[in-house]
Amino acid sequence: MIKDRLSGNEALAVAMRQIEPDVVAAYPITPSTEVPQYFSSFVSDGKVRTEFIPVESEHSAMSACVGASSAGARTMTATSANGLAYMWEVLYIAASSRLPIVMGVANRALSGPININCDHSDAYGARDSGWIQLYCENNQEVYDSALQAVKIAEHDMVKTPVMVCYDGFITSHAVENIELLEDEEVKNYVGKYCPKHHLLDSENPIAVGPLDVPAYYFEHKRNQAEGLKNAKKVIKDTGMAFLELTGRKYGFLEEYMTEDADICIVAMGSTAGTAKYVADMLRQKGIKAGVVKVRMFRPFPAEEIAYVLSRFKSVAVLDRAESFSDCGGALFLDVTSALYVHGKKVKVLNYIYGLGGRDVTTDDLEYVFNELCELKEGKEKTVLNYLGVRGEDNNAI
Amino acid sequence: MIEIRWHGRGGQGAKTASLLLADICFNTGKYVQGFPEYGPERMGAPLTAYNRISDEPIKVHCNIYEPDYVAVVDETLIDVQNVCKGLKEDGGLIVNSRKSPDDIRKKIPFFKGRIYTIDAMTISLDCMGKYFPNTPMLSAVVKTTGLMDEESFVRDMEKLYSKKFASNPKVIEGNMKALKRALKEVKGLE
Repeated sequence: MIKDRLSGNEALAVAMRQIEPDVVAAYPITPSTEVPQYFSSFVSDGKVRTEFIPVESEHSAMSACVGASSAGARTMTATSANGLAYMWEVLYIAASSRLPIVMGVANRALSGPININCDHSDAYGARDSGWIQLYCENNQEVYDSALQAVKIAEHDMVKTPVMVCYDGFITSHAVENIELLEDEEVKNYVGKYCPKHHLLDSENPIAVGPLDVPAYYFEHKRNQAEGLKNAKKVIKDTGMAFLELTGRKYGFLEEYMTEDADICIVAMGSTAGTAKYVADMLRQKGIKAGVVKVRMFRPFPAEEIAYVLSRFKSVAVLDRAESFSDCGGALFLDVTSALYVHGKKVKVLNYIYGLGGRDVTTDDLEYVFNELCELKEGKEKTVLNYLGVRGEDNNAI
Repeated sequence: MIEIRWHGRGGQGAKTASLLLADICFNTGKYVQGFPEYGPERMGAPLTAYNRISDEPIKVHCNIYEPDYVAVVDETLIDVQNVCKGLKEDGGLIVNSRKSPDDIRKKIPFFKGRIYTIDAMTISLDCMGKYFPNTPMLSAVVKTTGLMDEESFVRDMEKLYSKKFASNPKVIEGNMKALKRALKEVKGLE
């Protein structure tokens, strides 16, 4: 085990160096630029034998990844915001072709107005593309999830690409302590990639990406959904194996101080960490606050989250993207639908927060916990809220 | 946990200073965070960077609003923004300036905490022949915060610079000279 201090982008680049995929095709975009930047220097310095393809756009980056992965190569890339948006049609092709590509997404607000800072609108937009989405709280989780993502994506029962999402700048550019595995340990952990079917297997020729007519298309999509469904078991098993290897625990959700909690914040990404910090503060005042961090957003752990949240008296779901639905953010809708389908009745509020890098302060989250206290005690509350935005009566800056 | 906020202007290296501080505190076995606040990046535009240094793993991921220390790399910023905003009264303000702490205090009479100054410009020009305020500022921060003992700070920085500037021993020498001199020239210490 190596103790180090790295930024989120460095952590991902180091993970990629240790994984040493066959192909990395990438185009730079803030705040993920450093990932291909560091990785290309690993290539130049002869630290990896990866074929690095510096393409001319993200559309080409994902297309090159699709080509390489179809040919049987272990393939990785990274992007952010509009870069991810520019990959759009190819994301669906990668997922429906069942190509186990692993992509780091340093989450950044989609234009417009143009903004370089963090929110989850980029990855939320790709929610229905058929990729697995894991959200990371800190640099350690970026590194660990990148390693696990390779195992998950390539698993025979899954064969589905994975996005490893982490907060732009907040995580991508912040230096923090991190524990790394030795290069050899990572090599052994991810193993050799031996796809059953690939384009360069001339003994067993296959077609990739032909026209799929109405007589077959539906079955292929149904099959694709099965891959996502299977991913749940594989993500769980991968997490258990990783726990044995590193002592660090990963699953669908992370519960923090939930055992006896009355009130709970549900969040993804770095804000979950700040929420834990605030829960610690409130515990000292005797308020039983807890946090549930959603790590796996796609597939969505509906049954598990319904079960976990049913224990609380009131819950706030935090969404770092405005989905313009007028009925709540994407995470909120998934959570409330999970509760409904599984017959759990819990008081739930939604907060849209942190758009375009708006800082999420401890005061903001303390305010949310206080609202949950009042809701718990029977006070009426507005369900759909904005946190930390000017013009709202709750918490003007 | 000690929280530090850096104020500088684009190009002066306040971000690098925060990352360097994170590095050297990491080497003493602490949990660290070093992160800049990103906006439109322009030479000369005011920018902020942050450090958290703790004996425990750090969970919080927002900016720092009530710092224990504020380090001002460019003293002209004192006239255009409230660099003391949220600064704890028992904390300290460290300014890169030729002036004395008392002269700085005249500009910010509302701040009741300790004020330190370091003439990073003169030290940097004397020792390195160029204006790199980072190294002397870092010394002043270590000296005033007591985050680590001076000996291990000097030893660590020598290692770090030797690695960073391996191809240019003159730069290592200049930086180390500036670093050691700055440790002796912080004004405002009791």
